[in-house]
Amino acid sequence: MNKTSLIIQREYVTRVRKKSFIIMTLLTPFLIALIFVVPALVMSNEDKDFKKIAVIEDGSDLFKGVIPDTKDAEFEYLTNTSLSDIKTTFSEKGYYGVLYISDLVANVPNAVQLISKKQPPIGLLDHISNSLEKEIERQKLLGYNIANLDEILKSINSNVEVQTIKIDEAGESKQTSTGIAMGLAYISGFLMYMLVFMFGSQVMRGVIEEKTSRIVEVIISSVKPVQLMLGKIIGIALVGLTQFAIWILLTLAIVTVVQSKILPEKTMEQVQQLPQSLGQAEPTAAGAEAGTAVTSQMTQIQSLFASAMNQRWGLIIFAFVFYFITGYLLYASLFAAIGSAVDNETETQQFMLPVTIPIILGLIVAMGTMQNPESSISFWFSIIPLTSPIVMVARIPFDVPAWEIALSMSLMLVTIVVCIWMAAKIYRTGILMYGKKTSYKEIWKWLTYKG
Amino acid sequence: MPLFEALNVTKRFATQTALDGVSISVPEQSIYGLLGPNGAGKTTLIRIINQITAPDSGTVMLNGRPIRPEDIYKIGYLPEERGLYKKMKVGEQALYLAQLKGLSRTEAMRRLKYWFKKLEITDWWGKKVEELSKGMQQKVQFATTVLHEPQLLIFDEPFTGFDPINVKLIKDEILFLREKGATIIFATHNMGSVEELCDNITLINKAKTILEGRVDTIRQEWAGNEFDIVFDGEVTPSGNAHFSVIRSQFEKGRSTVRIKAADTHDTNEIIRSMTAAGTVIAFNPALPSMNDIFIRVVETKNSEAAKN
Repeated sequence: MNKTSLIIQREYVTRVRKKSFIIMTLLTPFLIALIFVVPALVMSNEDKDFKKIAVIEDGSDLFKGVIPDTKDAEFEYLTNTSLSDIKTTFSEKGYYGVLYISDLVANVPNAVQLISKKQPPIGLLDHISNSLEKEIERQKLLGYNIANLDEILKSINSNVEVQTIKIDEAGESKQTSTGIAMGLAYISGFLMYMLVFMFGSQVMRGVIEEKTSRIVEVIISSVKPVQLMLGKIIGIALVGLTQFAIWILLTLAIVTVVQSKILPEKTMEQVQQLPQSLGQAEPTAAGAEAGTAVTSQMTQIQSLFASAMNQRWGLIIFAFVFYFITGYLLYASLFAAIGSAVDNETETQQFMLPVTIPIILGLIVAMGTMQNPESSISFWFSIIPLTSPIVMVARIPFDVPAWEIALSMSLMLVTIVVCIWMAAKIYRTGILMYGKKTSYKEIWKWLTYKG
Repeated sequence: MPLFEALNVTKRFATQTALDGVSISVPEQSIYGLLGPNGAGKTTLIRIINQITAPDSGTVMLNGRPIRPEDIYKIGYLPEERGLYKKMKVGEQALYLAQLKGLSRTEAMRRLKYWFKKLEITDWWGKKVEELSKGMQQKVQFATTVLHEPQLLIFDEPFTGFDPINVKLIKDEILFLREKGATIIFATHNMGSVEELCDNITLINKAKTILEGRVDTIRQEWAGNEFDIVFDGEVTPSGNAHFSVIRSQFEKGRSTVRIKAADTHDTNEIIRSMTAAGTVIAFNPALPSMNDIFIRVVETKNSEAAKN
């Protein structure tokens, strides 16, 4: 078998079998899923028992039948009953609670009380206060004697969504959403940063381990140092890809499973209710409200979806993969060279700084790029190889000219070749040097050794 | 024909010369001692043989022709600074190293079983290296070095870290390997084992060869006019015109005396003086130990260098 693939295999298998890897890989999706699922769980977990609520109004019957029943609650309007009659006995009579509306309700905000033995769910309270507010507004408006009030009310029920239309040089307009582009830029920039740091430093630790355990001399009497270095870099990259693939798949699986257990009934009901409330000839005020809320949500999702489709996904994915691989190779070879030059991890500090600075700078510029993707700082940082993997990936969702991408990518490729060549030279000498503290001057000498 | 030859090998690093025109010639199926003080250039020479580094000038020959990259499969190397992957299991690690040396997995497995049994380490197959004592790790490493049955074996200080029983075990294995046809280069500071094992030696000091040849010849050459005499009881002969006493030691009812004969001496005269002094049990010419030769040669060279 080819030596390099043997090395890749060892690097991969020993890492993937580690307990810490397995635990991290399996646990992280649960943590991520928790972030998605917990809010849904909390929402769906609210009190779903059917509630019968007695409504008592002080003095008048202005609010009779104003609060529509919901699937969880029924409102029974009691006349000829005073609060004191029922206040202590409502639960024996089969009521969940008593809603008391005082005659001051139109003027005093806290003139409505819901008396119950348990904490009522927020949804129920919202439903009650929305219905009452609507009715009070309607009655106040009625006091102005406006003709065709109902039609006017319906027509002023409005909803505004801002769509951004970007016009390219050919004059074609596209519907885009800066939100999507920013989200993409943010996620990819941050992912790159994490990947490069996590796995690049694993390469470094691996090299230091081989050097301090002195196994390296045995191995390089069988294979070329550059094979060992590249085998390690590639093996760890595969570990990273495996971990990410598992994270993504598991997270998706967990989220879908959990949501299919909890959410569908709710969403399905909403969808089913939608045509009804829209189709009603004379919708009640509350019904119309609910209907528009749902439709506005729908249009929002539709427009997000439309602008997502308008992104050049092929290019974005290609760029992400390209910059991930090249960025990783670039930094991992630098990390490998550092690992070979030191005797232990504490000595890495002095060499880590110049490698860390471009990564962090790249991340900062990438964040700025999202505010202003066309600035000259963003431009230069997306061309210069050390920062381009992060900054260019963040810029690409905002339509970067093709020549800039081509320039950035070709510079990257040239840099990688040079970088791996240099790292291999440092590595070859460094792994056999023990004891003395390495300086930059020393490393320069190693670079100029021949053969 | 020598199996291995280094001809006029020179290697310079930025500030120092590690090897300055060193030549060695290792006959087939022999054990060749590579001796020298710390920092003399032994490790550099070994790394050149292993093609880890290349010489600045000079040639390295294996089987009568310049060494080639694929020759690494014919060489087995046990470095002085030994190590294994600490977190990896012994068996897996041995398999990995064997495969790197070009063995197929099944072949490596078969040979590993044989060697693990022979070195009495079969029980450790599934253990992690970090759970093993230093001596155990050395045995594992020894097995992986010889596994691919190389023509040329290079052992750099193979006995450090072993108890006397395991030193004997490894010595026997080295002799066994030579019997089976391997040629061995053996770098060490342990002069006792040089006398015991080596057929030929080269002594390198400050990047240059200062002594080389067959071990027995060298010892004969360096034998001065010294004799060891053993007496029954405590006896201390006094020196005369024929000899002087170098040291005398009384232990367990016997005296061991080392004398240095005068340049022109009569051995019979000396023996007569000895029998006069006490009951002689043994009378032998004293061969210098390799240790003495090593120290004397290196010190002479260094003081010569200091004078110039």
